[in-house]
Amino acid sequence: METLNLSIDGKEVKAKQGSTVLAAALDNEIYIPSLCFHPHLSATGGCRLCVVEIEGYKDYVPSCTISATDSMVVRTSTPQLLQLRREALNPILSQHPCACLMCWRQKKCGPDDICLRNVAVTDRCVTCPRNYNCELQQVVCHVNKNDVKIEYSYRNLPIDDSNPFFARDLNRCILCGRCSRVCNEIRGIGAVNVYNWGGDSLNGPFGSKPIFDTNCISCGACVSSCPVGALYFKDSPKAETETKTTCTYCGVGCGLVLGTRENKVINVYPDKESEVNKGYLCVKGHFAIKEMVHHPDRLTVPLINCGGQFSPVNLDEALNIVASRLRNYRSDEVAVISSSKCTNEDNYVAQKFARVVLGTNNVDNCARL
Amino acid sequence: MTFEDIRAAAINEWDSLEKSDQVRIYLGSATCGRAAGAKTISDELEEELQKRNISAVITQVGCIGSCYLEPLVDITKPGKPRISYGNMTPKKMVELVDDYIVNDNPRPDLALGSIGEGSVEGITDFFQTPMLKSQVRIILRNCGFIDPEKINHYIARGGYSGLVRTLTMTPDQVIEELKKSGLRGRGGAGFPTGQKWEFCQRAPGNEKYIICNADEGDPGAFMNRSLLEGDPHSVLEGMVIGSHAIGASQGYIYCRAEYPLAIERLKIATDQMRKYGFLGKNIMGTGHNFEIVIKEGAGAFVCGEETALMASIEGKRGMPRPRPPFPAIAGLWGKPTNINNVETWAAAAVIMQRGWEWYSQFGTEKSKGTKTFALVGKIERTGLIEVPLGMTLRSIIYDIGGGVLDGKEFKAAQTGGPSGGCLPQSNLDSPVDYESLAAAGSIMGSGGMIVMDENTCPVDIARYFISFTQGESCGKCVPCRLGTRQMQKILQRICNGNGEQGDIEKLQKIGETVKTGSLCGLGQTAPNPVLTTIRYFRDDYEAHIHDKKCPSLTCKDLIRFYILPDKCQACLICLRNCPAEAILGGKRMIHVIDQDKCTKCGTCFDVCPKKFDAVVRVTGEKLDVPDEPVPMLAGKA
Ligand SMILES: Cc1cc2nc3c(=O)[nH]c(=O)nc-3n(C[C@H](O)[C@H](O)[C@H](O)COP(=O)(O)O)c2cc1C
Repeated sequence: METLNLSIDGKEVKAKQGSTVLAAALDNEIYIPSLCFHPHLSATGGCRLCVVEIEGYKDYVPSCTISATDSMVVRTSTPQLLQLRREALNPILSQHPCACLMCWRQKKCGPDDICLRNVAVTDRCVTCPRNYNCELQQVVCHVNKNDVKIEYSYRNLPIDDSNPFFARDLNRCILCGRCSRVCNEIRGIGAVNVYNWGGDSLNGPFGSKPIFDTNCISCGACVSSCPVGALYFKDSPKAETETKTTCTYCGVGCGLVLGTRENKVINVYPDKESEVNKGYLCVKGHFAIKEMVHHPDRLTVPLINCGGQFSPVNLDEALNIVASRLRNYRSDEVAVISSSKCTNEDNYVAQKFARVVLGTNNVDNCARL
Repeated sequence: MTFEDIRAAAINEWDSLEKSDQVRIYLGSATCGRAAGAKTISDELEEELQKRNISAVITQVGCIGSCYLEPLVDITKPGKPRISYGNMTPKKMVELVDDYIVNDNPRPDLALGSIGEGSVEGITDFFQTPMLKSQVRIILRNCGFIDPEKINHYIARGGYSGLVRTLTMTPDQVIEELKKSGLRGRGGAGFPTGQKWEFCQRAPGNEKYIICNADEGDPGAFMNRSLLEGDPHSVLEGMVIGSHAIGASQGYIYCRAEYPLAIERLKIATDQMRKYGFLGKNIMGTGHNFEIVIKEGAGAFVCGEETALMASIEGKRGMPRPRPPFPAIAGLWGKPTNINNVETWAAAAVIMQRGWEWYSQFGTEKSKGTKTFALVGKIERTGLIEVPLGMTLRSIIYDIGGGVLDGKEFKAAQTGGPSGGCLPQSNLDSPVDYESLAAAGSIMGSGGMIVMDENTCPVDIARYFISFTQGESCGKCVPCRLGTRQMQKILQRICNGNGEQGDIEKLQKIGETVKTGSLCGLGQTAPNPVLTTIRYFRDDYEAHIHDKKCPSLTCKDLIRFYILPDKCQACLICLRNCPAEAILGGKRMIHVIDQDKCTKCGTCFDVCPKKFDAVVRVTGEKLDVPDEPVPMLAGKA
């Protein structure tokens, strides 16, 4: 693949053919603030924060929508651009709780502290599940808004907590549209989109139905893509340790990060670095692991049924028993059922074993997804 | 059948109508005529004719543009010119049948004018009347004259000869001809059409689309509707010409669903074209294939924006996307696409029929040809007009429009709909063309022209337009979605009398941000009405903010109604009509308005008999009038 040479803020950088100016900058550790951009999704140019100046262009352009070309000269932080960004941020903050964002005490306060400035609980960063993990906070820090008076008023939109795994508080929504794009473009579901018009536009299910009453598959991709705290997982207490592992629900092999506390799984996140799932999970992998892992009925060792009584044995012993019993049957008297939790390779071996070793065609798998 | 045969047959049909020895009656039956009652007139007419056993040829025609005269009926008797009658009522219709059709009295008192050769005593030529005299009707040449549901009428008047000519030329020659004609897009931005076609023609790809933009979302605009209802074939001919020049095999007409009659007529027209081989496979034996699909839009303003329109055709929410890539490279379904306004397509057809030399004689150096305008608002003669570009605003408003309604003072003209600006008195003499309007801070837009009188408050107008654009913003980009909302809030509070020092500067600042920062044309132009009214009517803003006065006496929170005790005749008219029951008084008791109850609807002001003139509207002051009804002074009537 051809590489492009361009200059960003006076620095000579290389970029991959076809990458946008924003991607080229980020790849070269030049930060351009943005809120609606997401590397997996189509660019909309909506938040207007990533505007840059490109030589030969008449206007300031959003860098997320412009493809980098060879010997392009880009400036990302001229005083005019900084001013433009400040002005673009202003309206966003008129709809998103911003009192803590603007407050110098922000880092000193905890969720239970009494606010010296009488900021409503609903409007505090410190009570938001995304506090310190919020892209808007990062952008505000960068664009530095401390001096401007913002006319903000709480929108008082109802919180949708119909879904068992995540909630939607659109009072915090900045309408970046990532949730609807991820749902449409990555998932192909289309459970959420923009509805209403003008300043009343919102992201959500058609007709502002509860999300649980739609075709939503509860995969949580929208929540992971939300830059602020408008969408949040209900199980977000902070984990003590995080462990990368592979999901055992099926043979795909998605990468997971298990958050544990006191040796118990308390939450699961998709592993963004996994080549298999690239930061996405299905509803089972995302939300049903902690339940399964700690469920009292879960089988953790093989059990032998002796006259109605199940007793645990170790694996070798179990295999020996199975092997010895199988000899007592003709091939068409046995069937092999394997699990959808096995990998494809395991399943292949299982059917091979059935057909070649046992000599039966009675083969099935529990996968009925 | 060759085109010559088709044409001969069409001319035959047209002539037999024009030279028929029967009475011919033309009914203006576009949506505007229908809304004004054309249907009842036509029912009445048929009934009367039947009663008297008269056979007549009745033709439903489109709109001639004189909206203030609707419903219109034209009557032609053999050997006589056609005579137009306006503001028809069933009663007048009966009279006309008796007097003119039966008894040969053309009733000059009811007639508006005559059309065509010959004259009738006492009736002037309709095209010499002030409204029509200075118009140049090229695009609208057929509207009101032909039956839009008959392709033969269109062909007989020169239709489809442009297509025939186009098909003998190479695409490059066609584009060259358009470039020479100087035609610029009539949908708003005024981009040179020939150049736009060329971009799309040159774009790589063998599947290309063309689109006719008939979304027409500007409040108060109806040029495209009238044209589609009155002469759909002219637009369709332009599209087929374009398809040949650009190399497109598929065309879309994106028409708002609020235009059912236009859609119906387009469907009829495309069916007729297919029968004659002007549409479909192997058009007129040249091997060129082209199909047209009519797509109904749900009437969002932003869906007139080209990229939003394409998203809407694709079945998505109508939201614009950033350009580049431009539609000419990657438009509908990612393929090269050329989009033009209804009027642009119709103009392309005329140019191909009559040649670029002929077309480019109209208009100015940089803005060639004619433009249709929907002339509305506080004006004597509202209607759809067509004038050469470069005519002054004054000629349009005073010569054609007959000046401001009720002889009031002219305040401003808004061009270009919600994306345009308000032009004050001082701009009356500037020509109406793309450059001059842009220099004045407005735009041509698709041709809405709203005239405002002294009682129109510029601040309120700005508030109205920004509320409109705010509500029509798709929500995608922040400056447009929330910047316009901030502006709306500020304007609302100014109109409510809560304006603050610095609000004007704030509006200007946010306005500039929205203009430069927005993604599409909607946001980039939305602040225009606000910025131009600030530019030209800053005094009005300051009066609202500092003095809490509305000089135009419009903003309800800043005005009060009073009944002058020395003028009130205790006639009870206002008292009975007040919807809020806010007027106290009685027989021989001078009436008083209870200011707490008054909703400032203005009914009392309107109903108070002119000869008394006792109700006044004031702003920023309190009049010293009694709080309670008091007996009338003795000696007064
Ligand atoms: C908010 C917005 C609304 C528009 N509405 C219309 C419309 O109703 N009709 C139209 O022809 N063009 C409309 N346009 C302009 C189109 O985007 C496009 O420029 C035009 O159709 C091109 O045709 P032309 O070259 O013939 O002018 C609108 C543009 C914007 C930004």
